[in-house]
Amino acid sequence: MSFKSVTREVGGVSVIDMDGRITLGEGGNLLRDLIAERLGAGQKKIVMNLAGINYIDSTGLGELVSSYRQVKSQGGELKLLNLNKKVSDLLQITKLYTVFDIHNDESQAVASFHP
Amino acid sequence: MHSKPQRIEVVLETLIESIALAEDVGVRVAVAGGFDEDDQYKIGLAVHEAVMNAFQYGNEEQRERKIRVVFELYPEKLVIRVTDQGTGFQLSNVPDPRNDENVLGDSGRGVLLMKAFMDEFDVLVSASGGAEVVMAKRCRRRISQAS
Repeated sequence: MSFKSVTREVGGVSVIDMDGRITLGEGGNLLRDLIAERLGAGQKKIVMNLAGINYIDSTGLGELVSSYRQVKSQGGELKLLNLNKKVSDLLQITKLYTVFDIHNDESQAVASFHP
Repeated sequence: MHSKPQRIEVVLETLIESIALAEDVGVRVAVAGGFDEDDQYKIGLAVHEAVMNAFQYGNEEQRERKIRVVFELYPEKLVIRVTDQGTGFQLSNVPDPRNDENVLGDSGRGVLLMKAFMDEFDVLVSASGGAEVVMAKRCRRRISQAS
């Protein structure tokens, strides 16, 4: 299944719902464009909802990291939501679990931007 | 290893589509070898990562270069070799992305995932000078049946 996304605004936060695969040639480049578009629109609070992501490779992980750096460099925050076990395991193996703020509940993810 | 393995060899063009194709073959070989679903996924991803590296770095996305993938199914393990037509690389030069200074970097995650998902992993220099990734997954079911 190729990559698809839908962006919603929830409580002043952009939630990007993603489906499919994030790999070299599938979804990887699109992530960068999505983040650039949100930042260009002045939105610096972004949640990537990965509930629909069934496969990610090392390139996809690199794109998540690149997105994180991009948002951070603009003074914003990028958080992850609803990782399945496989994606979660990959973030554990690569130690990216210590980098990202990861949530299992959307309302908590949105609320975490407003301490 | 005593018996002659079942051997499957696939030669791929250096195309982005070859990555998923090789992974699919890897998963099918894993199924035939009696690996469970979790190991099928790990074997598939390891093949994906190795062929992706061959595509991007070894063969520099040049279509005319070939990627050779060999599967050898022994009773006790599946051995996979992925060879490119590049100039090879030293495993010791690949950064560990888990180190603090590398965790937000761009390199090393593919090798790390292959090492994590396979029981054996090494990078050799092929006869033609390219990189040969050699990795193996032990057949748990067959070993438990034998004991």
